[in-house]
Amino acid sequence: MSVGGQPDQEYLNDNDDTVGRRSRILGGGGGGKGGRGRPEGRRAVVIAMISTVVFFGVIIVAVVNSAGWTVVKQTFFNGEQFRESFPGIARAFLVNVKLFLTAEVFILAFALLLAIMRSLPGPVFFPIRALSIGYVDLFRGIPTILVIYTLGFGAPALDLAGVPKSAEFWAVVSLVLVYSAYVAEVYRAGIESVHESQVSAARSLGLSRWQSLRFVVLPQAIRRVIPPLLNDFIGLQKDTALVSVLGVVEAARQAGIDNAATFNYTPFLATALLFVSITIPLTRFTDWLVARDRRRRQAGGVR
Amino acid sequence: MRKFLIGLMALAVVGVACSNDDGAGASGPTGSTGSTGPTGSTASVDPCAPESLNLLTSGTLTIGTDNPAFQPWFGGTGTYGPWKAKPDSGTGNPASGEGFESAVAYAIADQLGLTADQVTWVPITFTESFKPGDKGFDFDLNEISYSPDRAQAVDFSESYYDVSPALVAIKGTPITDATTFADLKGYKLGAQIGTTGYSYIVNNIQPDAQPAVFDKSVDVIQALSNGQIDGYLTDAPTAYVNVLIGQVKNGVVVGQVPAIGDQEYFGLVFGKGNPLVGCVNQAIEALKSDGTLDSLEAKWLKDVTFPEIQQ
Repeated sequence: MSVGGQPDQEYLNDNDDTVGRRSRILGGGGGGKGGRGRPEGRRAVVIAMISTVVFFGVIIVAVVNSAGWTVVKQTFFNGEQFRESFPGIARAFLVNVKLFLTAEVFILAFALLLAIMRSLPGPVFFPIRALSIGYVDLFRGIPTILVIYTLGFGAPALDLAGVPKSAEFWAVVSLVLVYSAYVAEVYRAGIESVHESQVSAARSLGLSRWQSLRFVVLPQAIRRVIPPLLNDFIGLQKDTALVSVLGVVEAARQAGIDNAATFNYTPFLATALLFVSITIPLTRFTDWLVARDRRRRQAGGVR
Repeated sequence: MRKFLIGLMALAVVGVACSNDDGAGASGPTGSTGSTGPTGSTASVDPCAPESLNLLTSGTLTIGTDNPAFQPWFGGTGTYGPWKAKPDSGTGNPASGEGFESAVAYAIADQLGLTADQVTWVPITFTESFKPGDKGFDFDLNEISYSPDRAQAVDFSESYYDVSPALVAIKGTPITDATTFADLKGYKLGAQIGTTGYSYIVNNIQPDAQPAVFDKSVDVIQALSNGQIDGYLTDAPTAYVNVLIGQVKNGVVVGQVPAIGDQEYFGLVFGKGNPLVGCVNQAIEALKSDGTLDSLEAKWLKDVTFPEIQQ
């Protein structure tokens, strides 16, 4: 951890421990670390439970008694349709997994390159910096679906020798182009959060500019941006559904096919569950990773 | 805190009461349409007389179809609402009365005792046509195939056109030599979502590669031109027009595939339980028996038969 580092950017700031967060969710009396054993803590839990049951109870009762509920239940929550469509959608979901895993590897590398390009100092590197800035501005500004659509149908039309025409290939290229722009900014925030004194210290120890970047700045920067990186990774996972416009049959498209064949919307529910079944555990895993990292660094600080 | 809880409980009770009211209020009209309310009272009156038709707007037949509307289903020139007919690009004007579906729509209106002026067209996408809840149309006319699953969500009219899919490819490519389903197994095929073409590929041809599925017909055609797919399946009249007017450059209709199982047909789509479907079915029957439907088919769909690709 940097000594006297400049204030972290807002989304990097993840300093409240889990206990504190939990008690805040429950609105535990007095805030802070409302101990579970204390009577007001138990009271808070009971009130939270009752309040939750009543709150969701009202919503459920209102929905179930609404005029259109029977139709909605039949068309959106149809058990038979769910069982029928789920295996096909799950198979198609493997396409999404393949797409986002492949794309993420290239995104992490390409975005880091963009971020490093942007943080090169001095007037000599101005064109490199300008290139990186221009790239990020452009690709962050264009809706992802347009990039996929134009590149996915346009590039194969060029009929270039040796360049693949497959929709999956151009889908991955498009996702890499768009998401690298976002991820480059995340990296940059991380890099800029490492105080200049760190570089000065490294340089005074005889490290080259590249070495101080590689061994001093980046390890600190990347560790700090793991949560926002994961945030973008989840975004990427969901955006693999956009690839369907190129004809790729991934989970959302398979659901669309089933929906068009049966006029029933339950397949979309099945797709949503598949996406969530990956993103939620991944989020919890990152939370755990961040907490573990913080514990280690704090332990180091005390010693 | 206790006050707060009591307040919450009160809110809950009110919420339940309100929603129960909603439920009861809604079950009233549904119940009455289910019983013999309107039908019983009209025993002496013709329920399909123009003035007693169950229309969205009294005296106006509101028909939905997609924008753009494509030949040979919709022809003509000019603009109508959001539709712009550019015959060279294969798009049509639904209010022109030209093109098979447009002509059928006005023939049905005529049978129902309505004039052409009483017909209004509204743009309805394929996915909108079957969304639950209120429909913005009396019926939707958009080359939509009947299936028992679909009929659980909407009501279909009788067939106004019996459809069979055809295969389109680029001239001179190997797939154009295919004469059996076995010949097609190794090719990457494509179709538009929700069309008979897609279900036919998956259920009957069963190629080795996952067929590509596109939102729009122009995307299917682009993918074929790019070589991303080897061929696509669509209904025979559309295949014919795609090639005829050059939407597919150097395209050719390789052949037609045989009907397997029940004959596929296009039906008009109605909101579930709409009594209008009975009157429209009578109109379609009349158009069939007096030969109008056949002559419209001959006029607008020409003779679109192609060599058959054997199963």
